[in-house]
Order: sequence, then C-alpha cells, then structure tokens
Amino acid sequence: MSKSYPPMHKKVINVFMLSLTGLAALLVVSVLLFILGYLVWHGARSLNWAFFTQLPVPAGEKGGGMANAIVGSGKLLLLASAIGIPIGLLGGIYLAEFGKGPFSLAVRYTADLLNGVPSIVIGIFVYTLIVLPQHHFSGFAGGVALGIMMIPIALRSTDEFLRAVPNTLREGGLALGASKAQTVVTIIIPAAMQGIVTGIMLNLARVAGETAPLLFTAFGNQFWSSGWNGPTASLPVVIFNYAISPYEDWHRQAWAGGFVLLAGIFVTNIIARVLVSGRHSPARG
Amino acid sequence: MIRRCLLLAAFTASASAPLSAQQMNLTGAGSTFAAPLYQAWASDYAKLHPGTQINYQSIGSGGGIRQVISGTVDFGGTDSPMTNEQLAEAQSKLGTDVLHFPVALGGVVPIHNIPGVSKDLNFSGNVLAGIYLGKITKWNDPEIAKANPGVSLPANDIIVCHRSDGSGTTFIWADFLSKANPEWKSRVGAAASINWPVGIGGKGNEGVAGFVRQTPNSIGYVELIYAVQNKMTYGQVQNSAGKFVKADLNSVTMAAAGAVKSMPDDFRVSITNAPGAGAYPIASFTWMLLPRNPKDKTKAAALKAFLTWGITEGQKNAQALTYAPLAKQVVDKELAALTYLHY
Amino acid sequence: MASTVTTPPPMMGVKDAPEKLSLMERLKKGDEVAYLVTFASALTIILITCLLVQHLWVESALSRHAFGWKFLKTSTWDPVSDQYGALPFVYGTVLTALLGLVMAVPVGFGAAIFLAELAPRRVSNVLTFMIELLAAVPSVIYGLLGIFVMLPLLREYVVPVLQKTLGFLPIFKGTFYGVSYFSASCVLAIMIVPFIVSISREVLLAVPQAQREAMMALGATKWDVTWKSVVPYAQRGMIGSIFLALARALGETMAVTMVIGNVPAISASLFAPGYTIAAVIANEFTEATGDLYVSALIELALVLFAVTMIINALARLMMLGMKSQEVAH
Repeated sequence: MSKSYPPMHKKVINVFMLSLTGLAALLVVSVLLFILGYLVWHGARSLNWAFFTQLPVPAGEKGGGMANAIVGSGKLLLLASAIGIPIGLLGGIYLAEFGKGPFSLAVRYTADLLNGVPSIVIGIFVYTLIVLPQHHFSGFAGGVALGIMMIPIALRSTDEFLRAVPNTLREGGLALGASKAQTVVTIIIPAAMQGIVTGIMLNLARVAGETAPLLFTAFGNQFWSSGWNGPTASLPVVIFNYAISPYEDWHRQAWAGGFVLLAGIFVTNIIARVLVSGRHSPARG
Repeated sequence: MIRRCLLLAAFTASASAPLSAQQMNLTGAGSTFAAPLYQAWASDYAKLHPGTQINYQSIGSGGGIRQVISGTVDFGGTDSPMTNEQLAEAQSKLGTDVLHFPVALGGVVPIHNIPGVSKDLNFSGNVLAGIYLGKITKWNDPEIAKANPGVSLPANDIIVCHRSDGSGTTFIWADFLSKANPEWKSRVGAAASINWPVGIGGKGNEGVAGFVRQTPNSIGYVELIYAVQNKMTYGQVQNSAGKFVKADLNSVTMAAAGAVKSMPDDFRVSITNAPGAGAYPIASFTWMLLPRNPKDKTKAAALKAFLTWGITEGQKNAQALTYAPLAKQVVDKELAALTYLHY
Repeated sequence: MASTVTTPPPMMGVKDAPEKLSLMERLKKGDEVAYLVTFASALTIILITCLLVQHLWVESALSRHAFGWKFLKTSTWDPVSDQYGALPFVYGTVLTALLGLVMAVPVGFGAAIFLAELAPRRVSNVLTFMIELLAAVPSVIYGLLGIFVMLPLLREYVVPVLQKTLGFLPIFKGTFYGVSYFSASCVLAIMIVPFIVSISREVLLAVPQAQREAMMALGATKWDVTWKSVVPYAQRGMIGSIFLALARALGETMAVTMVIGNVPAISASLFAPGYTIAAVIANEFTEATGDLYVSALIELALVLFAVTMIINALARLMMLGMKSQEVAH
C-alpha cells in the first residue's frame, strides 16, 4: 500500500466524521450523567434506610419512605413483563421466522401504531375494560395497562434483532435436520440474544417510568396493598404527586425516588445481562 | 430461573399485609389541593382507630367526581361543587344522591415578577380580569397605577401565565373574575379548564410559579398553600368591601364566615368575592363527596365517623398544613346535617 | 425377482426419508405448534389495537356527531361553551415529534456508530448501559429538569445565538419565553435518543465481520467502511429504531406539557408556545366532567391515532422507495 492511498481528503473526512460520532456519544452520555447527578444532588438527603423500608407519612411530618411504592412498582412491572414480553417475543419470532406478506406488514404497522398511543389513553382504555366492571382500582389493571404498552416494543425489537441474524445460520440448522422450531430456539434466538435482552430492558425501563396509565388503573395507595386486587402504590405516581406538591421535603423525596427508580432499572439490567452473558453469538462482528 | 421467579413472586405477594377481620379499607379520590390534608387525616385517624385504612389519591376534582359517580371509590374530594347535571347522573348511575361537606378552605393568590418592583402590588378584580382578558397589556397601565400609588411601574408588556391543567384553582380564580367583571363572565366564564384569551399555560402550581420566577414582567396565580410553603411574594386583592386584602389563613376563614348566612343546605356555594371587610375575595371551600345512600352501610358509617372527626379534631391539622380551618358556624351546620345520615 | 432399483447404501444417522409425517410426529417436531403459538401472539397485537380503536370510536361518538369534520379544521378549544377543535393540537404534535426526530436521529446514529465501531468493547458496553438508563427516567422528571435546567439554558445561550444569526427566518422569529415548540422538541429529542442509540448499536454489532473486511481489503478508511458497508447492512434495523422513537415522541405527555407552554394556537415560529394532543389529554382529562368534553378529548386521541397511521404509512412508503443495499437475506 503506497503512502498516498487512501487519498488525503478521504483521510480528513475519516477523522472528521469519526470525531463527530465520538462527540455525539459524548453528548448523550453527558446528558445522562447530568440527570443522574442532579437526582443524587437533590435527593441524596432523603435517601436513608427509612426511605426503603417505611410507608409514606403525610406532608409536614418528618421521615417516612417509599417502601410500598418500590414494592408496588416491582409487582406491577412483574405482571406487565409476564403479559408483554411473551406476547411480544413470540409475535416477533413469528414476524421474523414464519411470516411473509401482508399479514406481517399489518402486524408491524399495527405495532408501531400501538406504540404511539399516549400512555394516558391506554390507561383510560384499561380503566373502561377492567376497573369499571370491577368497581375498584387494582394492581392487576395497572399491570395490564403497562403490559399492553410493552407488547409493541418487545415485538418490534425481537423482530429486528432476529432478522439481523444472517440466513446462513438458519440454513445451517435446517441442513443438519433440525426442524424450523428447533433451529429458531437453539440457534437463532441465542444468536440474537444480546439484542433481544437489550430490547426487553429498554422496554422495561420505559414502562417503569410511566405515570399516566397508572392513575386510573393501579390508582395509588398510602399503605401496603395485598396481592394484585387493590389499589397499588408505584414509584412514578408517587414521584409525580410529590414533585408537583407545595412541600420542599416532598420535592426532595421525589428526586430521591427518581434516583431509586433508575438504580432499580440499572440493577435489573445488570442481572439480565449477566444471565445471558454465557451465550456466544457467532454472528457478532 | 423459574424457581427464582416464583420465589420473587411469593415474596412480593407476602410483603403485602394480609387483611384482618376488622380491617376497614376506604378509598377516596379527587382534589389535588386537598390531598395532603386527607392524607394527614388518614394517618392520624388510623392511630386513633387502628385497622381503618383510608387511601386518598389526588387525580383531580373532576376525576374525583367521576369516580364517585362510577362507584369505584367510597368518597371524593372536589374544589368545585358538582353541577345539577352531575348530581342527576349520580342519581341515575349510583341510585343515590351525593352530598357535599366542606372540609377546609383554600385561597388563590396572584404572583408577579416585575423588575425593579419589590413591593407586593394591589390588584382589583377588574384589573385582574383586564390583564387576563388581554385588555390591560402594560404594567404602567393607569388602572394598575391607581391601585398602587407611589410605586413606579415600568412600561413593559405584561406576560400572562395561567394553569394549563384543569384544576380547582383555575375554577376559583375564574369564578372570582366572573363575579368581579361582567365581560369576563360573558366571554370566558368559570370552569376547571377554560379557553384563556391570552397567556402561557404552566402545568400545576410549580409550572406557573416556575414560569413567573424565571420570566420578568410576568403575572400568574397559585394556591395560597403553595405560595406560603415556597415563601413566594404575592399581591393583595380588592374584596367586595373595597379593601385590598392579603391572603392568609385568617382572611380566608373570614371569607367563609361571611358566606355562612347565605349558605344553602347542601353546602354547594361559592365564596369568592364574599362580603366582609377582612374577607379575602379569592377563597373557596374544598368539599368531601359522600353518597347519601351507599350500598355498604358499614363503610358509610366509618366514613361518617371519619368526616365528623375531620371537621372537628382534624381542623388542627388543617392549620399546620396551611389550610384555613372552617369557621365554627359552618362546622355546626355540617354536624347538624350529618345527624340526618342514618348509618 | 431381482430389483431393478438400487437403493443407496445406508448412511449413518440418516433415517429413510418418510413419505409424510403423521400429525403427532409433526407436532413433536414443533413446527406446527411454534407456528400457531407465534401466530396467535402476533394476532393478539392486532386484536388489542382493534379493541382500543373501537373503544376510542365509541367513546368519542358524542363529539364526532356534534362537530363532524369541523373538528379537524377549527382552532377553538373552549370547555365552558363546549366548542372544540383539534387543529392546533395536531400541528403541535406533528411539529414537535418531527423536530425532535430531526435532532435526535443524527446524534443517535452518530453515537451508535461510535459505540459499535470505534469504542473498545468494554467502554462501549458500559456507555450503552448508561444510555439505556435514560429511557427509565420518568417523564415528570424530564419535565422538571426541562423547566429548571433546559429552559434557562435555551434562553441564555441557544436562542439568542439562533436569533442573531438566523433571526430573519420566520421559524426563529418572536420573543422567546422559555416554553415553546422548540423546547418541547429538545426535551423529546433527549427522551427518544436512547432508543435510537441502543437499537442501532445492536444491529450494527450484528453485521458480520466479512462485510467490513471486504471493504478494508480495498483500502478504504474506517469511516468509508462504516458508512458504505456496515451501515447499509444494518440500515433496516436502524430505521426500525426511528419508528420506535417516533412513536414515543408522538405519545409523550408529561414532559412535553411542562415545557411547551400549553397554548392552543398555531404559530410559524418555533419559539412560540404551542400544544400537543397528548399534552392536552393529560392536562384536562382528569378534571373533565361533562360528556361532550370527555368525548372531545377521546376524539383527540382518535385523531392522534389517525395522525400516527398517516405518518407511519408515509414513512413506510418512503422506505419502499429506498434501494436496499443489504446482502440478500
């Protein structure tokens, strides 16, 4: 290779564009660090053992915590994941592996549409579907609302990541005599696993921070809720209520709550990654 | 993996307290303004009556009214009384009338940020209406100057801020402007959400307060509690007796006292522009909504006891949280009305 | 009698090819079951969406009959006199979503390319992890940070510069009060960037090394390899991430309403306050009483759904028009 190849202008463009991408990454990361720092700075005072173990106390009284909201969010997200992830995952598998033609197009299109519905509208929908006939609010309704919100993202991201797996792997599997289902389960999904987990975690993160759909479904609770059949407290709703209140102490607790929510998602993400890190992806560049 | 999930699920289910036989769970929803009060009451009441859990969530006065009508909650909280149409709807859907009981008082105050002006300004109802109608556009308008002699007001444009979200606070503000200014009444009217002629919409008290704080030459309105808790400066408003009154717990309570003579038996009354020299004109009750003949009589009895406690003992909480307590005449009238509920 | 057909010698491990599998055998192989189960899941999403649309249609009936097509053409929104029109909200929704995308997509793609192609794997993993956390920040906190941090920043530094240099353009005219279409678009851009970065990075990483090596062997620079070989291969997935981001931008409520000014009026300037459909529903639904009022709000949700349908359809048509450079799948 002679020294003049690639030509100088290409080298310049190379450095320039690559630096731009670096800047872009830096920009995005610094925004996150700023948000995290802000939450810690303003909420740190409220983060103590009581925050994680005690029920909220009324305004004006010192202390108290968000224990019921933390557990409540956990319960709601568990139910939402149980509804949203299987349907989305399996639907995504259909689109990537079995589907062809107008039905697949309709499903992808519909998923994008459902994704764009404001979360409050989904909340109103589930309210009419579940809360009104039952005549009471429930964690079940909240979980269903969040679950419906999870389906489109789970479906589309699974679809995209499965399709990104090269066909050579599918052909290889079939050549060995495996059925389509076996190929998908044992070869394709593991190859796309990193991406699928990314999609699920992104999904969970987005849904964990949603307030509006819970206002009319899970409602909220100052106390512990038993099971999934009664009003349930959740972190985003409590954060919302505290943030817009007049009380300074509640504002600080709201920031602290935001930090705890992020920390919870962070930990869940790590756990999920560790669980799938054993699998190797042969398609990885 | 599956086992871990099952264990996690079992843990979360058991982390919730099981219901004992004497447990009384009441659910309430509505006014965001009154939420801290109901929640403080619930906490104190639970200490006196262990086993009674009163869960109140703020989803807005309109939301509270709708949930009461739908029967999904046991009681509601609202900053503006139900209309006759809503009562009729409740009658047909619930099969019973809905009663209003005032539990506390609140006020709405004008906040402003004028560079060079550190004094709290005096506003008359007509001036406020003129500003919010877009007819008074500059701070040195003669109408404003007339009420504030000795204050040098700049010739800057007034930047108006109002609430974007429907709220009882807006209703009280607009209700006062309707009473003070006929043009406002015919052009805009009073409701939780209105078609504002001018101005930016801020979400919630903190949206309006934040905007006014950051924008020179702006004016807005917030709840009295919010202004006090956040140590904001706010202006005086002229009442029906012609005096410029600053909002505080005292002047708000006086507004209620002034209205008590003409209070209807169902307590659905607006006390804006109330008579009385010391009355603050932009004040309002916040009501608790109870179905008159609910299906569950034990719950109803518990609610009645809670309400009785709230309007008597509970008024101490009110002051600590910057709600104006009910005037004694109002409480007496409510207690009398409560005796007619037989459960 | 000697057979005229010679059978091939038996091969190890290969069964004689069966004429036709029985139902039980087909089920055991799993393909039928897999097909049915996954098909049912895909169908579920269509069913849920249809149910949702039917619900919106029914609940908005009062308002649709009262206003008809006028609903889409008028700009008045008056709950007191029960006059409702959707135009300013549609304008605000489309404007903020598209502007948010315009800001987020280049940054998102750039960051994804950096994280997938340039950064060492560990650094890339850690940074991506953190960027994904951005998706978990509750909307209300974005809104509060928008009010406390972003609006002053825009007011002090960004907008004056823009107005000094490009102030002659109608989109940059007018006094800037902080709350505006522009502020809302900025907040939306931050909120949707994690989706673009995260998904694009994953599809870029999935591109086979052979693609890169082919171009590198020709002596191309790293950027050329990335832009001309890797990105086209990952193109469809990256564009898919835009759809996800767009959806979030169209439906975002809390953060938008705190920084957009909530004024139902149409303005050419990006610095003017505005309103979006999701924001007005979030603001007014909890307090709305009165059947026509609630019905009008639900009709707005229906209009948003229709807007989403149109934008998505247009985007898909655009994609069909684009030449796909990916290797045959």
